[in-house]
Amino acid sequence: MEGVWVFIGADMVIFCVLFQSFMQDRKKDPTLFEVSRHALNYNFGGVNTLILLTSSWFAALAVDAAKRNNLTEVPRYIAGAFACGLAFMISKAIEYTEKLDAGISVHTNDFFMWYFSLTGIHLLHVAVGNVLLTMVWLKARRSAFDSTHRAFLECVVSYWHMVDLLWIMLFPLLYLMR
Amino acid sequence: MTLLRNPATIVWLVLVLATSASTWLLSKDAFSPVVGTIGVFLIAAVKIRLVIMRFMEISHAPRPWRIYFEAWVVGATALILGFYLAS
Repeated sequence: MEGVWVFIGADMVIFCVLFQSFMQDRKKDPTLFEVSRHALNYNFGGVNTLILLTSSWFAALAVDAAKRNNLTEVPRYIAGAFACGLAFMISKAIEYTEKLDAGISVHTNDFFMWYFSLTGIHLLHVAVGNVLLTMVWLKARRSAFDSTHRAFLECVVSYWHMVDLLWIMLFPLLYLMR
Repeated sequence: MTLLRNPATIVWLVLVLATSASTWLLSKDAFSPVVGTIGVFLIAAVKIRLVIMRFMEISHAPRPWRIYFEAWVVGATALILGFYLAS
């Protein structure tokens, strides 16, 4: 497990550096960032947060089911986590389309450069997570995980929780900070 | 019933309620921008800590890892709020 924690810990530091750079740019022109923020729909951000939290919950339940040797529940919960991950990606695609249709792009201003960059990097993490969850699901269907064999399951689930917690910070940073 | 009694379900419910409060309550004009923003980030920090300790189960990890992840939550929140209050 420690190997995946090293990766997660390093990735979280990279995001922390990105948060700092965002805040430095915001400090230079808080009015621009505040006005631009109003073009975002915080309902999208809030619902996306609830979707990822629910996904994390399913992932935690999958690990718990493996610990209890409840092998039929593991793939069901992983499928739930994957479905939420997919819902997040679809919601993000709708949100991006709305912005692009309104003539807002990465070139609009510094705020939207950060909006598309930060959410884009995070979305890439979600996509990788969904591929990993699919691999876990395929293994779980073959009853590969139980109380003594769950290292791969726990590594992927830990990564998935990191994707969730990064969004928990990104959401207020981009949508709610007034 | 097993699902409702699972500790992960309680954590999830707390996270959902906290998210709803910060998204659809603290973001409103009834709260001043500074109070709303500080409140939203403190709630975010508590939520992240819950995910790390209860979902990722870092609370059972060796002490250096617990300190590392606790420090990240405090450091990231302080960094953002520090820049916010300075701008």
